[in-house]
Amino acid sequence: MEEVIANKSIKVNEEGYLTDFAQWDKSIGLEIATKKGIEMTDRHWEVVDYLQDKHKKEEALSIRGIKKSGIFNVKEFYGLFPGGPLKVSTMIAGIPKPKSCI
Amino acid sequence: MPTTVRKMLFILSKATIENVYAAFIMANGARMEGIESEIFFTFFGLEAIQKKKLEHLHVATVGNPAMHMPTLLGGLPGMEALATRMMKKEMEKLDMPPIGEFLEILSDSGVKLWGCKLAVDMFHLKKEDLIDDLDGIITVGDFYNRADTDGTQMLFV
Repeated sequence: MEEVIANKSIKVNEEGYLTDFAQWDKSIGLEIATKKGIEMTDRHWEVVDYLQDKHKKEEALSIRGIKKSGIFNVKEFYGLFPGGPLKVSTMIAGIPKPKSCI
Repeated sequence: MPTTVRKMLFILSKATIENVYAAFIMANGARMEGIESEIFFTFFGLEAIQKKKLEHLHVATVGNPAMHMPTLLGGLPGMEALATRMMKKEMEKLDMPPIGEFLEILSDSGVKLWGCKLAVDMFHLKKEDLIDDLDGIITVGDFYNRADTDGTQMLFV
């Protein structure tokens, strides 16, 4: 399905995740974040960069991976993206919701 | 449809690896979905939060039909250690953290970790014997009070 985000028609799935990462840009991430009640800071964008980098390398995302990243710790991650950090941050980053249970 | 579950409370009463990981993965999974979660460690479940014991938990090879192993064989010396080693290897492949690291992740994720007062007294444990991340030693009544909100589920593991 298509949804208008940041004045562009964007392909998303029924949960609201982008299905075509090529359509992503910062304005789209920003609008999704605003809808989720998150005010993006440099630190938030650092998380987005990290997630997108992992996505490009086709590496699976997990909470342990965040801990091992050396960039942010788990506590900070939950603080930045309350209400399910990987779920929310991947949506903002325009990548699929992680399938792992950990 | 978003879930109506708001809070998951787990009671962990056993310290075999399969039970501990089941509780930990469920508790962590709840937080990942934005659901509050807490674990109450009681009876043998307390081994999972004892500094000296938590890295030495085993798989149950006796009385565990899913091991597909004759009970007599499962009882042989070294059998539990072997099964445990094999399982840990498989878990590492899936990026499942060891118990100590998992407890850190749970605590950092905002999972509340409680020791059961009665069981702590029964096993003559002191606060120092338990992990530093423990949120406290509480009674059953205290734990029930924490369930006093809409959308709370309690699970015995």
